[in-house]
Amino acid sequence: MSERLVGFGLGMRRPHYRSYIDGTAPVDFIEVISENFMIPGGKPLDTLTKARGNYPLALHGVSMSIGSADGLRDDYLRELRRLVDMMEPAVVSDHLCWTRIDGFNSHDLLPVPYTEEALDVVCRNIDRAQEALGRRMLFENPSSYINFPGAMTEWEFLAQMTRRTGCGLLLDVNNIYVSAQNHGFAAADYLAGIPMHAIGQIHLAGHVQGEHLLIDTHDQPVPDEVWALYRAATALAGPVPTMIERDDNIPDLEELCAELDIARGIAADERIAA
Amino acid sequence: MSLLALQRDFRDWLVTGEESAAAALGGGPGTAVYQNNYRVALVSSLAETFQRLVLWLGEEDFEMAAARYIDARPPSSWTLDAYGEDFTDFVATLWPDDPEVAEIALIDWTVGQVFVGMDSFALCAEGLSVADWETAVIHTVPSLLVMPIRTNADAIWQALATGETPPPAELVERGTALLVWRQGLEPVFRRAEAHERDVLAWSAAGEGFAAVCARLADTLGEEAAVTTAGTLLGRWLAEGMIAAVG
Repeated sequence: MSERLVGFGLGMRRPHYRSYIDGTAPVDFIEVISENFMIPGGKPLDTLTKARGNYPLALHGVSMSIGSADGLRDDYLRELRRLVDMMEPAVVSDHLCWTRIDGFNSHDLLPVPYTEEALDVVCRNIDRAQEALGRRMLFENPSSYINFPGAMTEWEFLAQMTRRTGCGLLLDVNNIYVSAQNHGFAAADYLAGIPMHAIGQIHLAGHVQGEHLLIDTHDQPVPDEVWALYRAATALAGPVPTMIERDDNIPDLEELCAELDIARGIAADERIAA
Repeated sequence: MSLLALQRDFRDWLVTGEESAAAALGGGPGTAVYQNNYRVALVSSLAETFQRLVLWLGEEDFEMAAARYIDARPPSSWTLDAYGEDFTDFVATLWPDDPEVAEIALIDWTVGQVFVGMDSFALCAEGLSVADWETAVIHTVPSLLVMPIRTNADAIWQALATGETPPPAELVERGTALLVWRQGLEPVFRRAEAHERDVLAWSAAGEGFAAVCARLADTLGEEAAVTTAGTLLGRWLAEGMIAAVG
């Protein structure tokens, strides 16, 4: 049976596999990149099966490509469904982005223009994905480096997307900060514009300053400005399962857990304040 | 601009890197970020898959090969793990006089595929119970692959994997092959013994153990054929290479 996701978790990364297999990592849940386990068999699936025995699981995809104008791939949905049936995750998520077109796959989370046409495409694809998986999905707000002319803001797009499809949101607080800095909007406006009731999970991560733009690298500790935004989001949304997503330059598990304790503290502060 | 047209323009920018394609997206520093992300992710993926090839070629030559491959073969699969499926053929064209290069790449690729291949049960000697050896057919585990080699790429690969100084590349006897499979969760490989490749091929074609022995007897004589087949079967059982006999 898939549990409900609650509390504070980490992305399960290779250097810490042993702690998850043993069940000694002090986290409430784990998240993995779905595509890394959409494989026939072998050690990765064995590892995930063992870790899954110890922790509730979130499957986080990077290749569904719900923004693709030419629709979703049957084989992708079939393989994801197989993994979902095998692992019974509490949450299945992907990103508001596109990665593929005409048989080309970029393997990057590319931005969607916030137009009525794109909204129709995204909602149609989400409907199909949720039907194929037989469950509600969460979709993550991306960080972006190009802002296409559009009919609406990103938060208006997300609000309409959740209303039309019933999907939930995976709110990446770092991505809001990065995009706000890159495109010159106020993060507070973003938070005020999204439907808080739709948020099913929160990601926290770090970024670096590029030559012209902030770059979402997920290879740094969560910076103060992202903690501040997390505090604001928590005050508005209430308790939401929260995790740190560290993909590169991965520190010791203890260091990540100490960072996770900061999130626990902020969430506790906001509960008291409420 | 329609969504489809925009996405095709974006693809063109990533694949070609031409400024005119970036201009179609509005230009600006953001387009360069995506261009960089695209190429870095693909090079990293290839380097992860072909770890021993990186060590053999050195990072500079490997990255040159990877960059040319990315230009020639934009990715199509939804999983990065599939990117590089024909990288072996590609490096063979870049180093036509160094056949060990492509063979090291092929071992990297094959070991990676076997690592995540379908799980299967391996029969042990104690579990072997055959009612009729006349008709019994040897079925190997599904991960088993036979890989013909022309060079000592296997020895080079093993040395690189364990941090030892690799031997110089050299050609090996014609007809040499590697057997690659998974023992439990770990991929392994070794060179096939004399006649081993034939016995595996005949068994894979559905020939029973008695028929396999009879074919071996054509070249070895009856007594040596039975001994050879029995020895091979014992080794395969000990090495976790047999799924069933029957």
